[in-house]
Amino acid sequence: MPDLHSVSTEQKHYLQAQKRNIRLIQCFRILLLIFFLGLWEITARLGILDSFIYSSPSQILDMMFKMISDGSLAKHVSVTLTETLISFALVTLLGIFCAVILWIFPRLSSILEPYLVVLNSLPKSALAPLLIVWLGSNMKTIIIAGISVAIFGAVLNLYTGFCETDPDKLKLIQTLGGNKKDALIKVILPASVPLILSVMKVNIGLSLIGIVIGEMIGSKQGLGYLIIYSSQVFQLTTMIMAIVILCIIAVLLYGFISLLEKYYLKRHC
Amino acid sequence: MNLPLLQVKNVSYTYHTKAGETPALSHISFSVFPGEFVAIVGPSGCGKSTFLDMLCGLLKPAFGELLLNGTPLSMSNTNIGYMLQKDHLFEWRTIYSNMLLGLEIQRRVTPEAKKHVENLLENYGLYKFRNSKPSQLSGGMRQRAALIRTLALDPDLLLLDEPFSALDYQTRLSVGDDIGTIIRREGKTAILVTHDISEAVSMADRVIIFSNRPAFVQKIIDIKFSMTERTPMASRNAPEFKTYFNEIWKELNVHA
Repeated sequence: MPDLHSVSTEQKHYLQAQKRNIRLIQCFRILLLIFFLGLWEITARLGILDSFIYSSPSQILDMMFKMISDGSLAKHVSVTLTETLISFALVTLLGIFCAVILWIFPRLSSILEPYLVVLNSLPKSALAPLLIVWLGSNMKTIIIAGISVAIFGAVLNLYTGFCETDPDKLKLIQTLGGNKKDALIKVILPASVPLILSVMKVNIGLSLIGIVIGEMIGSKQGLGYLIIYSSQVFQLTTMIMAIVILCIIAVLLYGFISLLEKYYLKRHC
Repeated sequence: MNLPLLQVKNVSYTYHTKAGETPALSHISFSVFPGEFVAIVGPSGCGKSTFLDMLCGLLKPAFGELLLNGTPLSMSNTNIGYMLQKDHLFEWRTIYSNMLLGLEIQRRVTPEAKKHVENLLENYGLYKFRNSKPSQLSGGMRQRAALIRTLALDPDLLLLDEPFSALDYQTRLSVGDDIGTIIRREGKTAILVTHDISEAVSMADRVIIFSNRPAFVQKIIDIKFSMTERTPMASRNAPEFKTYFNEIWKELNVHA
Protein backbone atom coordinates (compact mmCIF):
# COMPACT_ATOMS: atom_id res chain seq x y z
CA MET A 1 0.00 0.00 0.00
CA PRO A 2 1.37 3.42 -0.88
CA ASP A 3 1.71 5.88 1.93
CA LEU A 4 -1.35 8.16 2.05
CA HIS A 5 0.77 11.28 2.44
CA SER A 6 2.76 10.53 -0.67
CA VAL A 7 -0.29 10.34 -2.96
CA SER A 8 0.16 12.87 -5.72
CA THR A 9 -2.46 15.55 -6.41
CA GLU A 10 -3.19 14.00 -9.80
CA GLN A 11 -3.97 10.70 -8.10
CA LYS A 12 -6.22 12.51 -5.60
CA HIS A 13 -8.09 14.22 -8.42
CA TYR A 14 -8.46 10.91 -10.20
CA LEU A 15 -9.88 9.20 -7.10
CA GLN A 16 -12.25 12.10 -6.45
CA ALA A 17 -13.52 12.00 -10.01
CA GLN A 18 -14.11 8.25 -9.66
CA LYS A 19 -16.06 8.74 -6.44
CA ARG A 20 -18.12 11.55 -7.93
CA ASN A 21 -19.02 9.34 -10.87
CA ILE A 22 -20.24 6.52 -8.61
CA ARG A 23 -22.29 8.92 -6.51
CA LEU A 24 -23.85 10.41 -9.65
CA ILE A 25 -24.89 6.98 -10.91
CA GLN A 26 -26.48 6.04 -7.59
CA CYS A 27 -28.29 9.38 -7.49
CA PHE A 28 -29.82 8.82 -10.92
CA ARG A 29 -30.87 5.29 -10.02
CA ILE A 30 -32.86 6.54 -7.03
CA LEU A 31 -34.26 9.51 -8.97
CA LEU A 32 -35.45 7.20 -11.74
CA LEU A 33 -37.40 5.09 -9.23
CA ILE A 34 -38.92 8.16 -7.56
CA PHE A 35 -39.82 9.64 -10.94
CA PHE A 36 -41.47 6.40 -12.08
CA LEU A 37 -43.45 5.91 -8.87
CA GLY A 38 -44.40 9.62 -8.79
CA LEU A 39 -45.61 9.59 -12.39
CA TRP A 40 -47.64 6.43 -11.73
CA GLU A 41 -49.24 7.91 -8.60
CA ILE A 42 -50.05 11.29 -10.18
CA THR A 43 -51.47 9.87 -13.39
CA ALA A 44 -53.59 7.43 -11.37
CA ARG A 45 -54.92 10.22 -9.17
CA LEU A 46 -55.65 12.51 -12.09
CA GLY A 47 -57.57 9.72 -13.75
CA ILE A 48 -55.22 9.48 -16.75
CA LEU A 49 -54.52 5.87 -15.73
CA ASP A 50 -57.47 3.70 -14.72
CA SER A 51 -56.48 2.87 -11.17
CA PHE A 52 -58.84 -0.11 -11.13
CA ILE A 53 -56.65 -1.83 -13.71
CA TYR A 54 -53.27 -0.19 -13.12
CA SER A 55 -53.59 0.41 -9.37
CA SER A 56 -51.23 2.96 -7.83
CA PRO A 57 -48.23 2.96 -5.47
CA SER A 58 -50.29 4.31 -2.54
CA GLN A 59 -53.01 1.68 -3.02
CA ILE A 60 -50.39 -1.05 -3.19
CA LEU A 61 -48.74 0.22 -0.02
CA ASP A 62 -52.11 0.36 1.76
CA MET A 63 -52.87 -3.20 0.70
CA MET A 64 -49.49 -4.31 1.91
CA PHE A 65 -50.06 -2.83 5.37
CA LYS A 66 -53.52 -4.34 5.52
CA MET A 67 -52.24 -7.81 4.65
CA ILE A 68 -49.32 -7.48 7.02
CA SER A 69 -51.63 -6.58 9.92
CA ASP A 70 -54.06 -9.44 9.30
CA GLY A 71 -51.12 -11.86 8.95
CA SER A 72 -52.10 -13.17 5.50
CA LEU A 73 -49.04 -11.75 3.77
CA ALA A 74 -46.65 -13.41 6.21
CA LYS A 75 -48.35 -16.74 5.54
CA HIS A 76 -48.03 -16.48 1.75
CA VAL A 77 -44.45 -15.22 1.88
CA SER A 78 -43.33 -17.87 4.35
CA VAL A 79 -44.89 -20.66 2.26
CA THR A 80 -43.20 -19.48 -0.93
CA LEU A 81 -39.91 -18.87 0.84
CA THR A 82 -39.90 -22.27 2.57
CA GLU A 83 -40.72 -24.11 -0.64
CA THR A 84 -38.06 -22.18 -2.55
CA LEU A 85 -35.34 -22.78 0.02
CA ILE A 86 -36.11 -26.50 0.31
CA SER A 87 -36.15 -26.99 -3.45
CA PHE A 88 -32.98 -24.91 -3.80
CA ALA A 89 -31.16 -26.97 -1.16
CA LEU A 90 -32.27 -30.21 -2.80
CA VAL A 91 -31.27 -28.98 -6.28
CA THR A 92 -27.82 -28.06 -5.01
CA LEU A 93 -27.20 -31.37 -3.22
CA LEU A 94 -28.78 -33.51 -5.93
CA GLY A 95 -27.00 -31.55 -8.65
CA ILE A 96 -23.58 -32.08 -7.10
CA PHE A 97 -24.36 -35.73 -6.38
CA CYS A 98 -25.51 -36.47 -9.95
CA ALA A 99 -22.59 -34.56 -11.49
CA VAL A 100 -20.15 -36.56 -9.34
CA ILE A 101 -21.79 -39.84 -10.40
CA LEU A 102 -21.56 -38.82 -14.07
CA TRP A 103 -17.90 -37.86 -13.60
CA ILE A 104 -17.07 -41.17 -11.92
CA PHE A 105 -18.78 -43.20 -14.67
CA PRO A 106 -17.91 -41.60 -18.03
CA ARG A 107 -19.74 -44.30 -19.94
CA LEU A 108 -22.95 -43.61 -18.01
CA SER A 109 -22.59 -39.91 -18.79
CA SER A 110 -22.15 -40.64 -22.51
CA ILE A 111 -25.32 -42.76 -22.44
CA LEU A 112 -27.35 -40.15 -20.57
CA GLU A 113 -26.03 -37.04 -22.30
CA PRO A 114 -28.72 -36.69 -25.04
CA TYR A 115 -31.50 -37.22 -22.50
CA LEU A 116 -30.08 -34.58 -20.18
CA VAL A 117 -29.75 -32.12 -23.04
CA VAL A 118 -33.35 -32.69 -24.13
CA LEU A 119 -34.68 -32.38 -20.58
CA ASN A 120 -32.62 -29.24 -20.05
CA SER A 121 -33.84 -27.54 -23.23
CA LEU A 122 -37.48 -28.37 -22.48
CA PRO A 123 -39.38 -25.31 -21.16
CA LYS A 124 -39.58 -26.41 -17.53
CA SER A 125 -42.95 -24.84 -16.86
CA ALA A 126 -44.37 -27.54 -19.16
CA LEU A 127 -43.66 -30.19 -16.55
CA ALA A 128 -45.47 -28.51 -13.65
CA PRO A 129 -49.10 -29.33 -14.69
CA LEU A 130 -48.09 -32.94 -15.27
CA LEU A 131 -46.49 -33.15 -11.85
CA ILE A 132 -49.65 -31.76 -10.22
CA VAL A 133 -51.76 -34.43 -11.93
CA TRP A 134 -49.34 -37.20 -11.04
CA LEU A 135 -48.46 -36.23 -7.50
CA GLY A 136 -51.48 -34.25 -6.34
CA SER A 137 -51.58 -30.62 -5.32
CA ASN A 138 -49.55 -30.42 -2.17
CA MET A 139 -46.35 -28.83 -0.96
CA LYS A 140 -44.24 -31.83 -2.01
CA THR A 141 -45.37 -31.45 -5.61
CA ILE A 142 -44.63 -27.73 -5.61
CA ILE A 143 -41.12 -28.41 -4.31
CA ILE A 144 -40.59 -31.06 -6.98
CA ALA A 145 -41.80 -28.58 -9.60
CA GLY A 146 -39.16 -26.16 -8.29
CA ILE A 147 -36.51 -28.86 -8.51
CA SER A 148 -37.55 -29.87 -12.03
CA VAL A 149 -36.92 -26.38 -13.32
CA ALA A 150 -33.36 -26.12 -12.02
CA ILE A 151 -31.93 -29.61 -11.73
CA PHE A 152 -31.01 -30.50 -15.32
CA GLY A 153 -29.14 -27.28 -15.95
CA ALA A 154 -27.38 -27.64 -12.62
CA VAL A 155 -26.22 -31.19 -13.38
CA LEU A 156 -25.04 -30.30 -16.88
CA ASN A 157 -23.19 -27.18 -15.75
CA LEU A 158 -21.49 -28.89 -12.84
CA TYR A 159 -20.56 -31.95 -14.88
CA THR A 160 -19.09 -29.82 -17.66
CA GLY A 161 -17.15 -27.87 -15.04
CA PHE A 162 -15.82 -31.06 -13.45
CA CYS A 163 -14.64 -32.28 -16.87
CA GLU A 164 -12.85 -29.01 -17.57
CA THR A 165 -10.55 -29.41 -14.57
CA ASP A 166 -6.92 -29.06 -15.66
CA PRO A 167 -5.88 -32.59 -16.74
CA ASP A 168 -2.37 -31.89 -15.46
CA LYS A 169 -3.75 -31.43 -11.96
CA LEU A 170 -5.34 -34.86 -12.23
CA LYS A 171 -2.04 -36.21 -13.56
CA LEU A 172 -0.32 -34.75 -10.51
CA ILE A 173 -2.65 -36.77 -8.28
CA GLN A 174 -1.85 -39.88 -10.31
CA THR A 175 1.89 -39.31 -10.06
CA LEU A 176 1.52 -38.99 -6.30
CA GLY A 177 -0.11 -42.43 -6.33
CA GLY A 178 -3.72 -41.29 -6.03
CA ASN A 179 -6.82 -42.92 -7.50
CA LYS A 180 -10.08 -41.48 -8.79
CA LYS A 181 -11.44 -40.90 -5.30
CA ASP A 182 -8.37 -38.84 -4.40
CA ALA A 183 -8.76 -36.86 -7.62
CA LEU A 184 -12.39 -36.15 -6.73
CA ILE A 185 -11.78 -35.14 -3.14
CA LYS A 186 -8.44 -33.37 -3.50
CA VAL A 187 -8.91 -31.67 -6.88
CA ILE A 188 -12.32 -31.76 -8.55
CA LEU A 189 -14.49 -30.70 -5.61
CA PRO A 190 -12.25 -28.00 -4.09
CA ALA A 191 -11.44 -26.62 -7.54
CA SER A 192 -15.16 -26.46 -8.34
CA VAL A 193 -16.29 -24.43 -5.33
CA PRO A 194 -16.45 -21.17 -7.34
CA LEU A 195 -18.41 -23.00 -10.05
CA ILE A 196 -20.78 -24.52 -7.48
CA LEU A 197 -21.41 -21.07 -6.04
CA SER A 198 -22.18 -19.56 -9.43
CA VAL A 199 -24.48 -22.48 -10.29
CA MET A 200 -26.21 -21.88 -6.94
CA LYS A 201 -26.75 -18.27 -7.91
CA VAL A 202 -28.61 -19.36 -11.03
CA ASN A 203 -30.48 -22.12 -9.20
CA ILE A 204 -32.00 -19.94 -6.51
CA GLY A 205 -33.74 -17.86 -9.19
CA LEU A 206 -34.83 -20.93 -11.16
CA SER A 207 -36.18 -22.62 -8.02
CA LEU A 208 -38.26 -19.54 -7.28
CA ILE A 209 -39.66 -19.63 -10.85
CA GLY A 210 -40.59 -23.30 -10.46
CA ILE A 211 -42.23 -22.71 -7.09
CA VAL A 212 -44.31 -19.78 -8.34
CA ILE A 213 -45.47 -21.77 -11.40
CA GLY A 214 -46.32 -24.70 -9.14
CA GLU A 215 -48.26 -22.47 -6.76
CA MET A 216 -50.13 -20.89 -9.63
CA ILE A 217 -51.58 -24.17 -10.82
CA GLY A 218 -51.76 -26.34 -7.77
CA SER A 219 -51.81 -24.58 -4.46
CA LYS A 220 -54.04 -22.71 -2.03
CA GLN A 221 -51.27 -20.59 -0.56
CA GLY A 222 -48.07 -18.82 -1.50
CA LEU A 223 -47.37 -15.77 -3.67
CA GLY A 224 -47.98 -17.66 -6.92
CA TYR A 225 -51.44 -18.59 -5.66
CA LEU A 226 -52.00 -15.00 -4.55
CA ILE A 227 -51.20 -13.70 -8.06
CA ILE A 228 -53.54 -16.16 -9.82
CA TYR A 229 -56.31 -15.75 -7.25
CA SER A 230 -56.26 -11.96 -7.38
CA SER A 231 -56.26 -11.98 -11.19
CA GLN A 232 -59.37 -14.18 -11.12
CA VAL A 233 -61.20 -11.83 -8.76
CA PHE A 234 -59.76 -8.74 -10.51
CA GLN A 235 -57.91 -7.53 -7.43
CA LEU A 236 -55.08 -5.95 -9.39
CA THR A 237 -53.66 -4.08 -6.43
CA THR A 238 -53.09 -7.37 -4.60
CA MET A 239 -51.64 -8.92 -7.71
CA ILE A 240 -49.12 -6.15 -8.34
CA MET A 241 -48.21 -6.15 -4.66
CA ALA A 242 -47.50 -9.89 -4.84
CA ILE A 243 -45.29 -9.32 -7.87
CA VAL A 244 -43.39 -6.54 -6.08
CA ILE A 245 -42.82 -8.81 -3.09
CA LEU A 246 -41.61 -11.60 -5.40
CA CYS A 247 -39.13 -9.09 -6.83
CA ILE A 248 -37.87 -8.26 -3.36
CA ILE A 249 -37.57 -11.95 -2.40
CA ALA A 250 -35.67 -12.72 -5.62
CA VAL A 251 -33.22 -9.89 -5.03
CA LEU A 252 -32.66 -10.85 -1.38
CA LEU A 253 -32.07 -14.54 -2.15
CA TYR A 254 -29.69 -13.73 -5.00
CA GLY A 255 -27.93 -11.17 -2.85
CA PHE A 256 -27.43 -13.71 -0.10
CA ILE A 257 -25.72 -16.21 -2.42
CA SER A 258 -23.63 -13.41 -3.96
CA LEU A 259 -22.48 -12.44 -0.50
CA LEU A 260 -21.52 -16.04 0.19
CA GLU A 261 -19.58 -16.12 -3.08
CA LYS A 262 -17.79 -12.86 -2.34
CA TYR A 263 -16.85 -14.08 1.11
CA TYR A 264 -15.43 -17.29 -0.32
CA LEU A 265 -13.47 -15.59 -3.09
CA LYS A 266 -12.05 -13.07 -0.65
CA ARG A 267 -10.85 -15.81 1.67
CA HIS A 268 -9.51 -18.24 -0.89
CA CYS A 269 -8.37 -16.35 -3.96
CA MET B 1 30.20 -51.24 -10.26
CA ASN B 2 26.97 -51.15 -8.21
CA LEU B 3 23.58 -52.30 -9.40
CA PRO B 4 21.60 -49.93 -11.62
CA LEU B 5 18.57 -48.31 -9.99
CA LEU B 6 16.71 -48.26 -13.28
CA GLN B 7 17.12 -50.52 -16.28
CA VAL B 8 15.30 -49.71 -19.48
CA LYS B 9 15.34 -52.72 -21.79
CA ASN B 10 14.25 -52.46 -25.37
CA VAL B 11 11.15 -50.41 -24.60
CA SER B 12 8.69 -49.39 -27.33
CA TYR B 13 5.41 -47.51 -27.20
CA THR B 14 2.71 -46.71 -29.73
CA TYR B 15 -0.17 -44.24 -29.43
CA HIS B 16 -3.54 -45.37 -30.68
CA THR B 17 -6.11 -42.86 -31.87
CA LYS B 18 -9.06 -43.03 -34.25
CA ALA B 19 -6.94 -41.54 -37.00
CA GLY B 20 -4.39 -44.32 -36.70
CA GLU B 21 -1.42 -45.38 -34.68
CA THR B 22 1.66 -43.33 -33.99
CA PRO B 23 4.81 -45.08 -32.90
CA ALA B 24 6.33 -42.84 -30.21
CA LEU B 25 9.25 -44.80 -28.79
CA SER B 26 11.25 -47.55 -30.43
CA HIS B 27 13.62 -49.94 -28.70
CA ILE B 28 14.90 -47.65 -25.94
CA SER B 29 17.58 -49.14 -23.71
CA PHE B 30 19.77 -47.59 -21.02
CA SER B 31 20.48 -47.77 -17.29
CA VAL B 32 20.59 -45.24 -14.50
CA PHE B 33 22.77 -45.77 -11.42
CA PRO B 34 22.02 -44.58 -7.88
CA GLY B 35 22.90 -40.93 -7.34
CA GLU B 36 23.18 -40.23 -11.03
CA PHE B 37 21.60 -37.23 -12.74
CA VAL B 38 20.57 -38.11 -16.26
CA ALA B 39 19.13 -35.69 -18.80
CA ILE B 40 17.14 -36.73 -21.84
CA VAL B 41 17.15 -34.27 -24.71
CA GLY B 42 15.45 -34.54 -28.04
CA PRO B 43 13.44 -32.60 -30.57
CA SER B 44 10.04 -31.50 -29.34
CA GLY B 45 7.30 -34.06 -29.74
CA CYS B 46 9.75 -36.95 -29.88
CA GLY B 47 8.14 -38.84 -27.03
CA LYS B 48 10.27 -37.72 -24.08
CA SER B 49 7.29 -36.99 -21.87
CA THR B 50 5.64 -40.24 -22.94
CA PHE B 51 8.74 -41.98 -21.72
CA LEU B 52 8.51 -40.34 -18.28
CA ASP B 53 4.80 -41.19 -18.03
CA MET B 54 5.83 -44.77 -18.64
CA LEU B 55 8.52 -44.69 -15.95
CA CYS B 56 5.94 -43.33 -13.54
CA GLY B 57 3.56 -46.18 -14.33
CA LEU B 58 0.93 -43.96 -15.98
CA LEU B 59 1.48 -45.76 -19.29
CA LYS B 60 2.49 -49.34 -19.97
CA PRO B 61 5.19 -50.08 -22.55
CA ALA B 62 3.92 -52.01 -25.57
CA PHE B 63 7.17 -53.98 -25.68
CA GLY B 64 10.22 -54.23 -23.51
CA GLU B 65 10.89 -54.10 -19.81
CA LEU B 66 11.40 -51.50 -17.13
CA LEU B 67 13.28 -52.74 -14.06
CA LEU B 68 13.67 -50.83 -10.82
CA ASN B 69 16.35 -52.31 -8.56
CA GLY B 70 16.02 -55.48 -10.61
CA THR B 71 12.23 -55.93 -10.23
CA PRO B 72 9.65 -55.06 -12.88
CA LEU B 73 8.15 -51.59 -12.48
CA SER B 74 4.61 -52.77 -11.73
CA MET B 75 5.79 -54.99 -8.86
CA SER B 76 8.50 -52.73 -7.53
CA ASN B 77 8.10 -50.83 -4.29
CA THR B 78 10.69 -48.26 -5.30
CA ASN B 79 9.31 -44.78 -4.78
CA ILE B 80 9.19 -42.51 -7.80
CA GLY B 81 8.68 -38.75 -7.64
CA TYR B 82 7.42 -36.86 -10.66
CA MET B 83 7.80 -33.13 -11.16
CA LEU B 84 5.59 -31.68 -13.86
CA GLN B 85 6.09 -28.67 -16.13
CA LYS B 86 3.94 -26.42 -14.02
CA ASP B 87 3.97 -26.41 -10.24
CA HIS B 88 0.21 -27.08 -9.89
CA LEU B 89 0.17 -25.89 -6.30
CA PHE B 90 -3.45 -25.81 -5.20
CA GLU B 91 -4.70 -22.31 -4.50
CA TRP B 92 -7.20 -23.61 -1.92
CA ARG B 93 -4.41 -24.99 0.23
CA THR B 94 -1.60 -23.26 2.07
CA ILE B 95 1.97 -23.98 1.02
CA TYR B 96 2.41 -26.33 3.96
CA SER B 97 -0.74 -28.30 3.24
CA ASN B 98 0.22 -28.42 -0.45
CA MET B 99 3.47 -30.05 0.66
CA LEU B 100 1.49 -32.74 2.49
CA LEU B 101 -0.66 -33.62 -0.56
CA GLY B 102 1.34 -36.68 -1.61
CA LEU B 103 1.65 -37.93 1.97
CA GLU B 104 -2.12 -37.54 2.45
CA ILE B 105 -2.86 -39.50 -0.71
CA GLN B 106 -0.48 -42.29 0.25
CA ARG B 107 -1.78 -42.19 3.84
CA ARG B 108 1.68 -41.59 5.20
CA VAL B 109 1.10 -38.43 7.23
CA THR B 110 3.10 -39.22 10.37
CA PRO B 111 4.80 -36.87 12.82
CA GLU B 112 8.17 -37.89 11.31
CA ALA B 113 6.96 -37.18 7.77
CA LYS B 114 5.66 -33.78 8.88
CA LYS B 115 9.01 -33.06 10.53
CA HIS B 116 10.74 -34.03 7.28
CA VAL B 117 8.54 -31.58 5.33
CA GLU B 118 9.17 -28.82 7.84
CA ASN B 119 12.92 -29.45 7.60
CA LEU B 120 12.79 -29.28 3.82
CA LEU B 121 10.82 -26.02 3.97
CA GLU B 122 13.32 -24.63 6.45
CA ASN B 123 16.39 -25.76 4.50
CA TYR B 124 15.12 -24.30 1.27
CA GLY B 125 13.87 -20.97 2.57
CA LEU B 126 10.13 -21.52 2.40
CA TYR B 127 9.38 -22.03 6.10
CA LYS B 128 8.20 -18.48 6.61
CA PHE B 129 5.78 -18.94 3.69
CA ARG B 130 4.29 -22.16 5.05
CA ASN B 131 0.94 -20.50 5.79
CA SER B 132 0.88 -18.44 2.59
CA LYS B 133 -1.24 -19.07 -0.47
CA PRO B 134 0.66 -20.23 -3.58
CA SER B 135 -0.27 -17.00 -5.41
CA GLN B 136 1.77 -15.04 -2.86
CA LEU B 137 4.97 -16.77 -4.00
CA SER B 138 7.17 -15.93 -6.98
CA GLY B 139 7.45 -18.35 -9.89
CA GLY B 140 10.82 -19.58 -8.72
CA MET B 141 9.67 -20.17 -5.16
CA ARG B 142 6.60 -22.02 -6.41
CA GLN B 143 8.76 -24.38 -8.44
CA ARG B 144 10.92 -24.95 -5.38
CA ALA B 145 7.76 -25.69 -3.39
CA ALA B 146 6.71 -28.18 -6.09
CA LEU B 147 10.08 -29.91 -5.70
CA ILE B 148 9.65 -30.10 -1.93
CA ARG B 149 6.18 -31.58 -2.43
CA THR B 150 7.86 -34.31 -4.50
CA LEU B 151 10.76 -34.76 -2.07
CA ALA B 152 8.33 -35.06 0.85
CA LEU B 153 7.59 -38.60 -0.32
CA ASP B 154 11.30 -39.37 -0.14
CA PRO B 155 11.47 -40.78 -3.69
CA ASP B 156 14.33 -43.03 -4.78
CA LEU B 157 14.03 -41.76 -8.31
CA LEU B 158 13.03 -38.25 -9.36
CA LEU B 159 11.50 -37.59 -12.77
CA LEU B 160 11.54 -34.00 -14.00
CA ASP B 161 9.45 -33.17 -17.05
CA GLU B 162 10.75 -29.82 -18.34
CA PRO B 163 10.15 -28.34 -14.90
CA PHE B 164 11.51 -24.92 -15.88
CA SER B 165 9.94 -24.42 -19.28
CA ALA B 166 7.03 -22.38 -17.90
CA LEU B 167 9.41 -19.81 -16.37
CA ASP B 168 10.97 -16.80 -18.05
CA TYR B 169 14.63 -17.09 -19.03
CA GLN B 170 16.07 -15.16 -16.09
CA THR B 171 14.09 -17.15 -13.53
CA ARG B 172 14.80 -20.37 -15.39
CA LEU B 173 18.54 -19.98 -14.93
CA SER B 174 18.33 -19.29 -11.21
CA VAL B 175 15.62 -21.87 -10.52
CA GLY B 176 17.53 -24.47 -12.55
CA ASP B 177 20.59 -23.74 -10.45
CA ASP B 178 18.52 -23.88 -7.30
CA ILE B 179 16.71 -27.14 -8.08
CA GLY B 180 19.86 -28.80 -9.44
CA THR B 181 21.75 -27.94 -6.28
CA ILE B 182 18.95 -29.19 -4.02
CA ILE B 183 18.73 -32.51 -5.87
CA ARG B 184 22.49 -33.03 -5.61
CA ARG B 185 22.53 -32.09 -1.95
CA GLU B 186 19.72 -34.55 -1.20
CA GLY B 187 21.70 -37.19 -3.10
CA LYS B 188 18.74 -38.08 -5.32
CA THR B 189 18.81 -40.03 -8.55
CA ALA B 190 17.10 -37.97 -11.19
CA ILE B 191 16.00 -38.07 -14.81
CA LEU B 192 15.43 -34.67 -16.39
CA VAL B 193 13.59 -34.33 -19.67
CA THR B 194 14.28 -31.08 -21.51
CA HIS B 195 14.70 -29.57 -24.95
CA ASP B 196 17.13 -27.02 -23.57
CA ILE B 197 20.64 -28.28 -24.33
CA SER B 198 22.40 -25.93 -21.93
CA GLU B 199 20.07 -26.93 -19.12
CA ALA B 200 20.88 -30.59 -19.78
CA VAL B 201 24.66 -30.05 -19.89
CA SER B 202 24.69 -27.83 -16.81
CA MET B 203 22.74 -30.24 -14.63
CA ALA B 204 23.40 -33.78 -15.79
CA ASP B 205 26.10 -36.41 -15.37
CA ARG B 206 24.95 -38.02 -18.57
CA VAL B 207 22.92 -36.75 -21.48
CA ILE B 208 20.82 -39.20 -23.48
CA ILE B 209 19.86 -37.93 -26.90
CA PHE B 210 16.55 -39.10 -28.34
CA SER B 211 16.02 -39.02 -32.11
CA ASN B 212 12.97 -37.73 -33.93
CA ARG B 213 9.77 -39.70 -33.49
CA PRO B 214 9.64 -42.66 -33.17
CA ALA B 215 12.43 -41.96 -30.73
CA PHE B 216 15.41 -44.24 -30.25
CA VAL B 217 18.55 -43.55 -28.23
CA GLN B 218 20.71 -41.74 -30.72
CA LYS B 219 23.66 -41.17 -28.45
CA ILE B 220 24.67 -41.11 -24.79
CA ILE B 221 27.22 -38.51 -23.75
CA ASP B 222 29.00 -38.53 -20.39
CA ILE B 223 29.40 -35.06 -18.97
CA LYS B 224 32.53 -34.54 -16.88
CA PHE B 225 33.65 -31.25 -15.44
CA SER B 226 36.98 -30.64 -13.75
CA MET B 227 35.52 -28.53 -10.94
CA THR B 228 35.33 -29.95 -7.41
CA GLU B 229 31.86 -28.81 -6.37
CA ARG B 230 29.47 -28.88 -9.24
CA THR B 231 26.50 -26.57 -9.47
CA PRO B 232 24.53 -25.86 -12.65
CA MET B 233 25.65 -22.23 -12.64
CA ALA B 234 29.34 -23.11 -12.22
CA SER B 235 28.99 -25.71 -14.97
CA ARG B 236 27.72 -23.09 -17.38
CA ASN B 237 30.95 -21.12 -16.85
CA ALA B 238 33.27 -24.11 -17.16
CA PRO B 239 35.43 -24.33 -20.30
CA GLU B 240 34.11 -27.82 -21.13
CA PHE B 241 30.53 -26.53 -21.30
CA LYS B 242 30.77 -25.23 -24.84
CA THR B 243 32.28 -28.45 -26.16
CA TYR B 244 29.47 -30.54 -24.75
CA PHE B 245 26.89 -28.08 -25.96
CA ASN B 246 28.21 -28.19 -29.51
CA GLU B 247 28.47 -31.95 -29.51
CA ILE B 248 24.81 -32.34 -28.52
CA TRP B 249 23.75 -29.57 -30.88
CA LYS B 250 25.38 -31.41 -33.80
CA GLU B 251 23.80 -34.70 -32.78
CA LEU B 252 20.34 -33.17 -32.68
CA ASN B 253 20.78 -31.61 -36.08
CA VAL B 254 22.06 -34.70 -37.86
CA HIS B 255 18.63 -35.88 -38.85
CA ALA B 256 16.80 -32.58 -38.73
